[in-house]
Amino acid sequence: MPGVDGFMYPNEIELQWSVLIVLYPFITGLVAGAFILASLERVFNVQAVRPTYRLALLTALAFLLVAPLPLQLHLGHPERSFEMLLTPHTTSAMAMFGFVYLWYLMVVLVVEIWLEYRKPLVMTARQSTGAKRLIYRALTLGSDNLSPASLLVDDRVGRVVTIIGIPSAFLLHGYVGFIFGSVKANPWWSTPMMPIVFLFSAIVSGIALVMLLYIAICSIRRVSLDIVCVDTVSKYLFYAFLVDFSLEMIDLMHRIYEADESFRALDFMVKTRLFTSQIVLQIVLGTVVPLGILAATQLVSFSSKARVRLYVTAGLLTLIGILAMRWNVVIGGQLFSKSFLGYTTYKVGFATREGLLPAILVMLLPFGILTVLLKLLPPWNDPEITIDEIPAVMMGPSGGAR
Amino acid sequence: MDKTRRDFLILGTRLLVMTGATAAALEHVLNGAPEAATEYKKAEHWWAMIIDLEKCIGAGHCVRACKTENDVIDEPMFFRTWVERYHIDMEDPDHPIVDSPDGGINGFPEKYPDGSGKTFFVPKLCNHCEDSPCTQVCPVGATFQTDDGVVLIDKDYCVGCRYCIQACPYGCRYLDPRTHTADKCTLCYHRLTRGLIPACCEACPAGARQIADLKNPNDPAHEYLRTHKMQVLKPQMATRAKVFYNGLDGAVR
Repeated sequence: MPGVDGFMYPNEIELQWSVLIVLYPFITGLVAGAFILASLERVFNVQAVRPTYRLALLTALAFLLVAPLPLQLHLGHPERSFEMLLTPHTTSAMAMFGFVYLWYLMVVLVVEIWLEYRKPLVMTARQSTGAKRLIYRALTLGSDNLSPASLLVDDRVGRVVTIIGIPSAFLLHGYVGFIFGSVKANPWWSTPMMPIVFLFSAIVSGIALVMLLYIAICSIRRVSLDIVCVDTVSKYLFYAFLVDFSLEMIDLMHRIYEADESFRALDFMVKTRLFTSQIVLQIVLGTVVPLGILAATQLVSFSSKARVRLYVTAGLLTLIGILAMRWNVVIGGQLFSKSFLGYTTYKVGFATREGLLPAILVMLLPFGILTVLLKLLPPWNDPEITIDEIPAVMMGPSGGAR
Repeated sequence: MDKTRRDFLILGTRLLVMTGATAAALEHVLNGAPEAATEYKKAEHWWAMIIDLEKCIGAGHCVRACKTENDVIDEPMFFRTWVERYHIDMEDPDHPIVDSPDGGINGFPEKYPDGSGKTFFVPKLCNHCEDSPCTQVCPVGATFQTDDGVVLIDKDYCVGCRYCIQACPYGCRYLDPRTHTADKCTLCYHRLTRGLIPACCEACPAGARQIADLKNPNDPAHEYLRTHKMQVLKPQMATRAKVFYNGLDGAVR
């Protein structure tokens, strides 16, 4: 059989979960990580990361909206997927995804973003005319009270929602890890470490993404970036990455030392078919190098320009490393036979339903959605003047909002 | 419930398109059909399978019979049952050489000359586990265990997520590319419920595969299980598999 070394059970020769299922934990991880970064400011009062707060929330939303798409593209019968919500099978880890997803989207993220943006939405609606006014009025959901007491309620409720949001973000991605970690038939996946490794790698990838987006957007808008903010974000990226790396190493050492019945097969796989994606991309380029760069920025005093360049390099390598990690989990877990006697090959199509082209489009889509969200809900420059100062009818249309 | 729905459909069809004479003829045909003729009660059965590896000669009849009986897609990576050939070289017992050319559908060409080690055949199929990981993970409950102990798939309900395929430790499931739903051995449930044995058991020239009704006290399987040292595949998976092997070598996975 071409592409097969040794013996696979016949039904194992074709991989079941494709590159799209690699993107699913990658995208949800970015969501959870971005939200955790946002909560740093809101709950833990890390004021330095304030410039990334709204960007992080919008990034989380843009990616969360896309998260079910790779699953839908993958399903044999996407038209039946709503059955998971209507008649969920309660013993199935997968059946919970819709509920976890909707909880996170509708109870946490959308509510927090709305509370955060309610004031600028009302202001923009008041300062605009025509269709724009209608759109923004609709977005306010008719709640246009901007009295200090009302804004205080927004703030308090927002804080509570964020506090609920942190365990929800943990739930979202820990849960995705559980989907893999609970498959006892597959020793590459089956470990109680999986949810927690997924969670920390999610936090790492989300922080890296928001940091890169912040730097890129400042560059596009030709405004100077807040270097204290970027320094602080990169510091948290470094800490989260250290925890993530330690957890992954604990898992690895445990597997090597315990060396159970699957070890030889998995060890051989890592040294051969997964060598490039696991050793080179994930561990060396995607983890050790960015960790080294981030450590260097903590220990050596570089100029701010050099620091930003180092952060961008580290951030990009981090994202490549985390994507490689998702690949190695999802694809790696299907390359070996459950008989431990052979290996198969994953052939990625290009313009097929689960090929590279749809995967690239799925990855580009959240950036498109984010662009729209940034236009609709600019994270910067709220309309400066408040209604307390000038009557609404006298306000100009610009308002500072881009 | 199903019966009621079928009755309703038949009545509806009669009323809509049939004359009284043709309707009476249809009723007669239906009454004569094996399904209606058997009074099958699920609660009275608990199905399992016994495979005697000392009898299996790797003829592949079971694989062919299964593909034909169940319209299994005719490609070499989709099998409801298949046969593996294990060869263990006594000088390197840790590394068995296993092959299953086209699932063993055409038997096995001679490969190992006599005396070079130990060679034997292992037929595989869904183990119809009592604690089956596949039914546990199905997000919509499309795969389920019947009251008589058979794990089945509702193809009209399966969403094709393939989680069950990942969860099966034995590699018994695949996604049928024609229906985009999961598929696997049903123990020929359509035959069992009509008093027939599965096609693979019927086709085996060596009598290596025996269907066993563990709730039937008169089933000779009880005597066989009592007098032989039986083993299931991957007992460490704790799935309570119901395909019992006689003469299973420790090297088999």
